[in-house]
Amino acid sequence: MPEAEKSVGLVSLQYHTIEEKIKFESGVEFGPITVAYETYGQLNEKKDNAILVIHALTGDAHAAGYRSETDTKPGWWDKLIGPDKAFDTNKYYVICTNILGGCSGTTGPSSINPETNQPYGTTFPVFTIEDTVRVQKKLLDYLGIESLYSVAGGSMGGMQAIQFVISYPEMVKSAILIATTSRLSPQAIAFNAVGRNSIISDPNWNGGNYYNSENKPDRGLSNARMIGHITYLCEEAMYNKFGRKLQNKDHYDFNFDVDFQVESYLQHQGQIFVDRFDANSYLYITKAVDYFDPEEKYGSLTNAFKNSSAKFLVISFDSDWLFPSYQSKEIVSALMNLSKDVSYCEIKSPCGHDAFLLEYDVQSKIIKSFLNDNIEEVKNE
Amino acid sequence: MNNHYKDSKGLHLNYALIQERIEPESKVLDLGCGNGYLLKLLKDTKNIKGNGIEISQDEVIQCLEKGLSVIQGNIDKGLKQFADKSYDYVILNQTLQSTYNPDYVMEEMLRVGKKCIVSFPNFAYWRVRFNYFFSGNMPKSKVLPFEWYNTPNIHLLTIKDFFEFSKMHNITILEGIYTTRANIRKGIQYSIFSNFFAEEAIFIITRDN
Repeated sequence: MPEAEKSVGLVSLQYHTIEEKIKFESGVEFGPITVAYETYGQLNEKKDNAILVIHALTGDAHAAGYRSETDTKPGWWDKLIGPDKAFDTNKYYVICTNILGGCSGTTGPSSINPETNQPYGTTFPVFTIEDTVRVQKKLLDYLGIESLYSVAGGSMGGMQAIQFVISYPEMVKSAILIATTSRLSPQAIAFNAVGRNSIISDPNWNGGNYYNSENKPDRGLSNARMIGHITYLCEEAMYNKFGRKLQNKDHYDFNFDVDFQVESYLQHQGQIFVDRFDANSYLYITKAVDYFDPEEKYGSLTNAFKNSSAKFLVISFDSDWLFPSYQSKEIVSALMNLSKDVSYCEIKSPCGHDAFLLEYDVQSKIIKSFLNDNIEEVKNE
Repeated sequence: MNNHYKDSKGLHLNYALIQERIEPESKVLDLGCGNGYLLKLLKDTKNIKGNGIEISQDEVIQCLEKGLSVIQGNIDKGLKQFADKSYDYVILNQTLQSTYNPDYVMEEMLRVGKKCIVSFPNFAYWRVRFNYFFSGNMPKSKVLPFEWYNTPNIHLLTIKDFFEFSKMHNITILEGIYTTRANIRKGIQYSIFSNFFAEEAIFIITRDN
């Protein structure tokens, strides 16, 4: 844990088990569900300073700080969460949970089914973004939080933030939706489908029943991750990062090993991913993301948001082709039509979809300005 | 009270003249709202419900700091996300002359706003004319301080031009305000006098359909 840096310091993963069964959107009743979460800052007496931050597809509850004294890598949004940062932990009580169906502490397909003492595998029910939000709400109930100062998330986290506003409109004072969409484009669904196919066609996947086996569907999962990574970057980002440079060599090898840096990068990302992620979780969560479509479910986006009294901040990145700006603008349009308080920024970035985890300076300024609007009066000179 | 403020482009803005024409509690859209000064003023003094559109990210952030709701966007691309007649006032303050498509921007603001407030520097102002006539250079003035090669003001117009444009485009002029350095004149008919002496003009316009 680096000393000099401003940070929330040492944090630990906490757990809460929801004992009663929860009815999923599919109709299935499921439980118990253990939720893994971290919190930063202090809940005030009025309990009105809580902010729920929500991770992206393969993230976890470790959003800020360090897990141990020797830990060198802080949580995934550490640059935005901490003392005097955008989500200022001197002022706000920040909560981050691992998603339902995940593999970093919250109950998912790799968890043990208490009825069989075996991992759920594909007997885990298919869930939706609405279900994941329902689980988060149960945790907030347990923590005694009845109102959220803000709910914020990027990418899939933004989808959940959207759903939170739709499901619990009375609870949310503001929402920050970053590099997200109210519905995936067919192109984005297509990439998820190829990722899933890659896992399912790995013989080691074995119908999702691989937890007791020596051989895991690592190849399938790592290929899925490689495809994912292509979609998180963009052409410009790849040129900037790798160009056509070769990996540790001066000329082509004329075989099918890794020649280019970009190949090596993707392979590395795939390999490190299998150590921290579960193939079945990847199947379930990408499916939930594909299904998400409040416009379809509520007839229109306007109808979906109509009961909300939150103020909204929508941020997109101009080089993001996975969750392109036009999709953010659709959300903004719906909110404008409802005369909601909405602000929108399109940040210039060469980083593609990944920008929401990289472009911290501008994002910090924007989020900080948005959250803290008790500003001095303008004097009519 | 001094009616003049400067925005980041160095333009003088007749905020107070606009301010006194806005009904309290109304819904206002400010196109090219800059750092949000006018919107904030209207919010504080008239309790309006306001939105701004601004292209510059730095200025968007300054708007957010003021607690305003602001959309980062380019008004030259239209106001697609805004429904017909969804605002009591749409303001285009000292921005018309720097749009790429002034006619399209005007059409869009008339569609979205019940009333529109347009202000611009008058290119027929006598100092501008004299400047051009005697120096032979593109005119510069207090409200038009730029060189020809770096000016954002690419569609300069005169009060006379605006009257002709309005007639051609079926726009009703509800009020015209012509400011000189010393005083303020009003009138909804074209006057050679105003076109010559006014440094800036503000029009309140509408279209019924």
